[in-house]
Amino acid sequence: MADLTTEFLGIKSPNPFWLASAPPTDKEYNVRRAFEAGWGGVVWKTLGSEGPPVVNVNGPRYGAIYGADRRLLGLNNIELITDRPLQTNLDEITRVKKDYPDRAIIVSIMVPCEEEAWKDILPRVEATGADGIELNFGCPHGMAERGMGSAVGQVPEYITMVTEWCKKYYSKPVIVKLTPNITDIRKPAQAAFKGNADAVSLINTINSITSVDLDLLAPQPTIDGKGTHGGYCGPAVKPIALNMVAEIARDPETHGKPISAIGGITTWRDAAEFMVMGAGNVQVCTAAMTYGFKIVQEMISGLSQWMDEKGYASTSEFIGQGVPNVTDWQYLNLNYITKARIDQDACIKCGRCYAACEDTSHQAISMSADRVFEVQDDECVACNLCVDVCPVENCITMIELQPGEIDKRTQKVVEPEYANWTTHPNNPAAQAAE
Amino acid sequence: MGNSQTTPGIVAGRLPADRIQENFDDLHPAYAPHEAAVAADRCYFCHDAPCMTACPTSIDIPLFIRQIATGTPEAAAKTILDQNILGGMCARVCPTETLCEEVCVREVAEGKPVEIGRLQRYATDTLMDAGKHPFTRAAPTGKSVAVVGAGPAGLSCAHRLAMLGHDVVIYEARPKAGGLNEFGIAAYKAPNGFATAEVDWLMQIGGITLKEGQALGDQITLPGLKDSHDAVFLSIGLSGVNALRAEGEDREGVEDAVSFIAELRQTSDLTTLPVGRNVVVIGGGMTAVDAAVQSKLLGAENVTIAYRRGQEAMPASKYEQDLAAQNGVRLMFNVQPVAVHGNGRAVEIELEYTTDTGSGLTGTGETVRLAADQVFKAIGQTLGDTPEGITLEGRKIAVNDTGRTSLDGVWAGGDCASGGDDLTVTAVAEGRDAAMDIHATLVG
Repeated sequence: MADLTTEFLGIKSPNPFWLASAPPTDKEYNVRRAFEAGWGGVVWKTLGSEGPPVVNVNGPRYGAIYGADRRLLGLNNIELITDRPLQTNLDEITRVKKDYPDRAIIVSIMVPCEEEAWKDILPRVEATGADGIELNFGCPHGMAERGMGSAVGQVPEYITMVTEWCKKYYSKPVIVKLTPNITDIRKPAQAAFKGNADAVSLINTINSITSVDLDLLAPQPTIDGKGTHGGYCGPAVKPIALNMVAEIARDPETHGKPISAIGGITTWRDAAEFMVMGAGNVQVCTAAMTYGFKIVQEMISGLSQWMDEKGYASTSEFIGQGVPNVTDWQYLNLNYITKARIDQDACIKCGRCYAACEDTSHQAISMSADRVFEVQDDECVACNLCVDVCPVENCITMIELQPGEIDKRTQKVVEPEYANWTTHPNNPAAQAAE
Repeated sequence: MGNSQTTPGIVAGRLPADRIQENFDDLHPAYAPHEAAVAADRCYFCHDAPCMTACPTSIDIPLFIRQIATGTPEAAAKTILDQNILGGMCARVCPTETLCEEVCVREVAEGKPVEIGRLQRYATDTLMDAGKHPFTRAAPTGKSVAVVGAGPAGLSCAHRLAMLGHDVVIYEARPKAGGLNEFGIAAYKAPNGFATAEVDWLMQIGGITLKEGQALGDQITLPGLKDSHDAVFLSIGLSGVNALRAEGEDREGVEDAVSFIAELRQTSDLTTLPVGRNVVVIGGGMTAVDAAVQSKLLGAENVTIAYRRGQEAMPASKYEQDLAAQNGVRLMFNVQPVAVHGNGRAVEIELEYTTDTGSGLTGTGETVRLAADQVFKAIGQTLGDTPEGITLEGRKIAVNDTGRTSLDGVWAGGDCASGGDDLTVTAVAEGRDAAMDIHATLVG
């Protein structure tokens, strides 16, 4: 069985699966249960400054989006940072770290954008023996209105400034958690590393209203007839997070910098995908909140099986290996030509490919009186929509045309050479190859 | 041949070969990958899941189903086999309708459980078809354990002991390992030689020597085994069959259902296996159903199960009863045999109606006669000769929770031991748990 031991910022954990800073890591009781269940580490739920803790709403905090059979696909929350006293959390962190020296414990912090506030809390956090801190620059609700959370994460200069304070008053690794509620994720990442952050973690939740109560005409979750935007997470946000992680991993300014990936990680496969795209480890929240801590067992067995099948002895052998394969659209090979193929033995004749292609795409699928569906190569642009809507795995596949074959749609011979938009004759800015 | 369903007497070839082959095909065909994915998606990954509690081997069912759902059926198989090394057979023969699937929250809520048994088969088949054996042996302990009987309990015990580093010798009375998996269950539940293949797969762990044709009390004795091994596990099953206690029981055509099933299981060409035109099975358990349904599938014209109590008391599950009915078996309740009539050979059976007086069953005096050229006794099995000095509890070997018998260094499990409910899956659990206790004793 493959060795899942992962070292991130010099912090060792028995596997790359950490619980993200969120309700599952709010207190000693939960964290102990998580460690017993097998989680490699936790990021403790965000601590605030000394003084009276924040208060949460007393109505519903979460809203959900469902798929078929009420499978939870997206979760939205309006919970704030920890609402328990600072010292209580610090004492608990100290105790748990002492009992679980082989697991990673990172402390998430969110205090006002004043140097004194950070100078006050950091030595107290350091005294717990925790392995590092994560700066919560991400929460989009409640705290942002008070000048914290995503209000900091949306201003790169603030990120640099606060990160510098943390590096000044804290000796262990500093991870900066980024908000996705921004137009270009590379900027806050660059700002964090400019402030000497050891790593970035992303994504925090996305501004969202999950649904509207059509009787009350109010957003859900509804508190006394009103609602507010919350932070969206769960399987639905994974593609957004994956892109943001890849963007930072391939940005020349931040390439190779440590990333802890967060965002809809639900299975071992999701975790592997993020790690291939440059994440040194992953953080999970919604999946644990949906199914309980036990799901980590599937993540461990699945990742380990995949590594065995691929011959990876340790996680470091595949982390970031897919980053060179992420490129800009303009560099995609325009001479790579495929056509859809329908396997008539596998086809169940539902006609979804036909409806999709005929109504919304390129009229490249024919339908006979006895419901035989066939791809018309002279119309197929290889868009892949039929593959995506087909309910049967591998019934429709994309077949690559070989150099020398004729693309019946364009009547042109397939060229063997790689050629992209930058040199295409239709591109006004095309540069002729030297 | 030219025999048909209406040919009188007990004859072979009542149905064409292709019909018989079709009849004895897999009762529950294997899932295709897409079907498995759809079935797995229905699991809610319940906390402290009722299915897991209901499983005698405590397989982590939600976890293995999630492992299937996330594309790793091999990992799912490992989860199953960690708890139940005969998970492949149990997936086929477990009465899931009275175990895991009965308590599935979707059964309770919707009357449509997650199909746990078929999903388990999908996982274990995937791994076994790939020829993989996911367990390795611990360092040798230098200890040797004798396992008497190569049925589910013995195989389970032997595998666990071998895995823990002990050397194991299995002594099996029959010429072939597998116990009731090989000789005792309906053919359509585990076709294509699965029982044999599973034993071969299990033996890949290494460290297990199988000695066939070694019956306790004949070729081997308990004192002898105790001398030559550090511990002994008895999993000798039930070799005796209860008597019918009806007049004419010795007439030709009156047979033990277990012998009929064993012969059927070992017959490679079922068109050569004789069966009566009118078959009556006495009993109400799974063996009765297995014998009755298979008689029907071989081409018997009329098959009746005669059970002495009411339907509600029938040990065979509702599912098994339905299976019998669907195959055209007639179920008769509240009747007990009083005589088998015929001139040397059975021709008719006489059944008397019964009533439960509260203090036991009594005959009402009213009788009915059914044509019967073959009568199968499926009224329970009994322990054969037991080793000297071993304490019995009721009619079985007395054991504690971890399978210890009254004799030092001797454990027992499976159908021969007290407790349990004579299911394959229970036997596997008992064998495994006894192995753990034997291990703790030998290395402790």
